[in-house]
Amino acid sequence: MTDPIVDLRGVRAGYGSRRVLDAVDLSIAPGERIALVGPNGAGKSTLLRVLTGLLRPTDGEVRLDGRPVAERSRESIARLVAVVPQVASLPFAARVEEVVALGRLPWEDPLRGPRPGDRAAVAAAIERVGLGRLLGRDARELSLGERQLVLLALAVAQSTRVVVLDEPTVHLDIRHQVDAMELLAGLNRREGTTVLAVMHDLRLAARFFPRIVVFADGRLVADGPPEVALSPERIRHVFEVDPELVLA
Amino acid sequence: MATRTEPAAATVPVRATRTLSRPVALGVVGLFALVVALVAGVGLGSVAVSPADTLGVLGHRLFGLPAAGVSPAVDAIVWDLRLPRVLTAMVVGLGLAVAGTTFQGLLRNPLADPYVLGTASGAALGAAIAVLIPIRVAILEFGLLNALAFGGALAAIAAVYRLARTGGLGAMTNLLLTGYALGSLLAAGLALAMYLSGSALRQIFGYLLGSFGDASWARLGGALVLVLAGSAPILLRARSLNALLLGEEAAEHLGIDVRRERRTLLALGSLVTAASVAVSGLIGFVGLVVPHVVRLAVGPNARLVLPLAAVYGAVLMAVADLVARLLGEIPVGVVTAVIGAPFFLFLLRRTRSGYEL
Repeated sequence: MTDPIVDLRGVRAGYGSRRVLDAVDLSIAPGERIALVGPNGAGKSTLLRVLTGLLRPTDGEVRLDGRPVAERSRESIARLVAVVPQVASLPFAARVEEVVALGRLPWEDPLRGPRPGDRAAVAAAIERVGLGRLLGRDARELSLGERQLVLLALAVAQSTRVVVLDEPTVHLDIRHQVDAMELLAGLNRREGTTVLAVMHDLRLAARFFPRIVVFADGRLVADGPPEVALSPERIRHVFEVDPELVLA
Repeated sequence: MATRTEPAAATVPVRATRTLSRPVALGVVGLFALVVALVAGVGLGSVAVSPADTLGVLGHRLFGLPAAGVSPAVDAIVWDLRLPRVLTAMVVGLGLAVAGTTFQGLLRNPLADPYVLGTASGAALGAAIAVLIPIRVAILEFGLLNALAFGGALAAIAAVYRLARTGGLGAMTNLLLTGYALGSLLAAGLALAMYLSGSALRQIFGYLLGSFGDASWARLGGALVLVLAGSAPILLRARSLNALLLGEEAAEHLGIDVRRERRTLLALGSLVTAASVAVSGLIGFVGLVVPHVVRLAVGPNARLVLPLAAVYGAVLMAVADLVARLLGEIPVGVVTAVIGAPFFLFLLRRTRSGYEL
């Protein structure tokens, strides 16, 4: 049994007096591919914030690669975990390749700036996500879906052992959804990257993620392979919809 | 001027030309323009001094070369009057452009300038009070006006920072609004001071529009030390400004301690701004326009934008002061506005996407 790369023990967290996460235990081994599902407001995004050290839990402990998150610098977290947000805004015009290059910042010497290896990583990420056709474009002129792919490429360029995604497919058309999922599966299989994604599309989650974690009301209510975690009864109970509608 | 609007079909793999040669070329051109502006600034005026005489005086003063055929009067004009003035304009232009780049990046707002967080109104009120107080002191040629303008700028931004502090992320909008509110309050104080000033009104007004007419070696030295002490560490923090391009939370995920970097950059940018306005008054547009022009040419990478903005800010201010002098000592702030505003509008029209808030 390998040591977990992400380890949450008895984590409680919230904003002010409002508790959002309640006694969450979650252990992720290196190289796993996990989908986080649950209704809106279940605490999925808060979990991502706790896991990356942006929100300090009121109880419990979060460890990344064996060390408590609270003891890690922002830089050491950024070298271990890349985060793909749903959207990001830019205050100034910036070319696609300039945005992707931001993924190298955690590795950059603050004084000397990027080295040839950094540029190679950016070029490789652009190639891998298939952004060649968007090079030279102002990222602010792209569609939401294209911007999401740019943010995905940024995370790939960051070359971390863990990639965390907040609804990576929400703005993508069906083909790009499948492409993005296959890209993540490829990263996971070939580089052994640990992938943790918040997913709303249960069908996509069941198809591409061997392990599904279900959240409801700030608690972890199921954790296992899709056929167990996303049983029809649980879908009816947690999401309050007819399972025929989402999985058929 | 570069347009950033190549067709989408351009499939050149990550362009090395864009990342290196253009910024280097712009840097070389900028340094050359700086030398030209220096020689022109020293040479042109009510008494014309030839470039040869200018270089003769510099060679004599700096390297002890024999000053053949340069009259003492020319020597005094070049060395005591014009050279410190041109260099002060360059230092202030550099400072305002670097501070403008910093504040725009930090606040993630293209409309931000060095004055946006209350420094301008603080400095103006400080200067106005100095004019009204019937005390004249000077230490190393720095008078009460310089001191109170400097202190007023720093006090205003410190107050804005304290009042706006929410501790968490997403505090930038809060800072901007607090800066606006406190700025309005200080402006009311300034208006009262001007109302009460009587015959000193012209002096206050002169400060508000900016001038390098009082430049001296001692004042240049003071401004130079403070502007460089603030600008150099900002240049070393380009990585933090780059990370903030995608927002505060994204910057955290890219390894930046946003709270610490925000505090540091605000302090450094404010120091540079306060030092600039203390010696020159409130000169607008340089800190707003120069960073945008540079970004349009080389993209948003602060590692390139900061040094290039420094050079071109210095050039623009030296040229603006020269124009102001040649037009009979009109306020330099009027010149920068007349050059800067139409140029800014022109640039806005040329960019396809424009600048959204």
